Amino acid sequence: MALADLGLDLRRLPAPLPIWHAPVDREAWSAAARGVAEQGGRLVSLWGIDRDTGAGGAAVCAAYAVLDGLAWLELPVHPTRSFPDLAPIFPSANRMQRAITDLSGLAAEGAGDSRPWLDHGVWALPVAPLSYGNSSRLAGSAVLPTDYPFVRVEGDGVHEIAVGPVHAGIIEPGHFRFSVVGEKVLRLEQHLGYVHKGIERRFTELPPLEAHRLAGRVSGDTTVAYAWAYCMALESAWRCTIPARAAWLRALMLERERVANHLGDLGALGNDAGLGFGLAQFSRLREDWQRLSKEAFGHRFMMDAIAPGGVAVDPAASMLERLRRQCDDLEREVRSMKVMYDQHAGLQDRFQTAGRVSPQLAAQLGLTGMTGRASAQSFDLRSDHEWIPYEQLEVAMATQRNGDVAARVAVRFDETFESLRLIRRLCVEMPGDGVRAELRSPTAMAQGAGWVEGWRGEVFVALETSAEGRIVRCHCHDPSWQNWPVLEHAVIGNIVPDFPLINKSFNLSYSGHDL
Amino acid sequence: MWHVLKQIVRAGIVTEPAPQPLTSVDGEAVQRIHRDILDILGQALTIRQVDAGSCNGCELEIHALNNPYYNIEGLGIKFVASPRHADLLLVTGPVSRHMEEALRRAYDATPEPKLVLAVGDCGCTGGIFGESYASCGKVANVIPVDATVPGCPPPPIEILRGILAVVQRRQALSGRP
Repeated sequence: MALADLGLDLRRLPAPLPIWHAPVDREAWSAAARGVAEQGGRLVSLWGIDRDTGAGGAAVCAAYAVLDGLAWLELPVHPTRSFPDLAPIFPSANRMQRAITDLSGLAAEGAGDSRPWLDHGVWALPVAPLSYGNSSRLAGSAVLPTDYPFVRVEGDGVHEIAVGPVHAGIIEPGHFRFSVVGEKVLRLEQHLGYVHKGIERRFTELPPLEAHRLAGRVSGDTTVAYAWAYCMALESAWRCTIPARAAWLRALMLERERVANHLGDLGALGNDAGLGFGLAQFSRLREDWQRLSKEAFGHRFMMDAIAPGGVAVDPAASMLERLRRQCDDLEREVRSMKVMYDQHAGLQDRFQTAGRVSPQLAAQLGLTGMTGRASAQSFDLRSDHEWIPYEQLEVAMATQRNGDVAARVAVRFDETFESLRLIRRLCVEMPGDGVRAELRSPTAMAQGAGWVEGWRGEVFVALETSAEGRIVRCHCHDPSWQNWPVLEHAVIGNIVPDFPLINKSFNLSYSGHDL
Repeated sequence: MWHVLKQIVRAGIVTEPAPQPLTSVDGEAVQRIHRDILDILGQALTIRQVDAGSCNGCELEIHALNNPYYNIEGLGIKFVASPRHADLLLVTGPVSRHMEEALRRAYDATPEPKLVLAVGDCGCTGGIFGESYASCGKVANVIPVDATVPGCPPPPIEILRGILAVVQRRQALSGRP
């Protein structure tokens, strides 16, 4: 589908990926959503923005991905502070719209589900935290979180299992409410927001040239993708082109982050299915990988190695050679582990058919990223668009059709091998100019966007800076927003003991979602 | 099965020596740690990890602590699934307002004598997130903290060092040898 078909007044933002911005009215807001949905496009993100009426006033924004790029639509909502509901068109809009109400105080009109989502009733602020002119920093009271109105499942023998927010493993907090009969899950309902720590509000208090550090801590396992997306947004808003070598080094780090996470997941998935050997081997490989990241980029997760204008570290040729060689060693080991996983009858028995999401359901609910590719949702920014340096690397997208745990394991193996191939090429063909360009704040309000294929899926950052060069709004979107609701569907009909395995096969972010 | 056994033999034992502060001679390190832990608790050290609002970076490094390089179970240290089974709470932050009550309840559920170790810059000071409408800041703002491990995130070896140091300090305070 072409963006031109939407009939909008699109303005191309100066970003490496094709990203457009367009102001819309209420009619065009709904028409564009229907147009995108009818032609197989996807909703990437929804967010609110509240600013001085002189600077445009309050607005709600939507980002859609279609074949030829991303469209960022902005609908002014003055004076009603409400906007047409998108949830009937895109189911994933439900939670995002509730979050807009919680954070920006704007409402979706006639929405079927208006329960608070990120707000647990303890902030005690006079207005929503991202409201214009809200200067209250500290609230705090002795009140306890309010009860969340879960949907009750009733019937003979139905009982509930409540899990969280403190989970049994070393993982992030969230609440899962299972309604079960015997061992079988009838319904799972999630309640998230426990790690909401006011990140988007915090952005407005930081200088734009330092806020990449905060972006790199939206979700620790995706620090490279977030730092890159934030820097891309700032460079887009402030019209800066980074040196080629910096873009190549960013891609090198992004692929290393993908490999690190896939190694961790492949081990944990083996472990959750009873094969402790898998965890021992893969966690050893991951440790080797992280240690070399520390040597090459100064940090085991490569935090703060990406900075506005380029990168903060520039590995020498000898280090690039070591990084390349490590790919050969790792590939040999992972290939032999794959043979063992494939041939292990007990493991495959747990993996196959567990937590299945059919391609049809995935398309309907908007399943995205690596998990989406395991259910035949074939999009990957690295191969869908031409941007430096991926346009030269011909990334082979990994997809599966079965949509079960086994498919999500297979996609991780395939993506690991592909990333190793990419890293080798990035190391060998690395261009040799500078690694940092200078960024200057423009004297007018500026908007920019960043869009990067992180290991979990597409990470999106929308940024607006004021004429004084301050951050007015920085919205960060994690693909977990789309995929958490699909997990509720994936477990239906499965047994409770398979939930940890299915959950791990999605491995969604809490912090990246809760912000 | 043959492949699995072959791989186990090929990978060998990668465990590295435990970090100091506890020992002078490498060979005695593990025994000394065992004795310290036994002296204080009369059993293995069990840890309940509580993520009270972190970005998940610290959790990844705590996970890494369980990999074969560090072999913490070999030192008699084990992560458990409930605060009721724990001697030590390993808490990462900043403590979100939404996790404040859950963290307090996890602390109350942990039997005496209990230790609390705040891990990561955010747990130690509030870090880059600081204190706000949604964040209580450092862990010590919510529950008593015995020791801290700074770093963003601290590497596994520093977390292990912090765990051993807090156990040793408790031993010194209790006045036992």
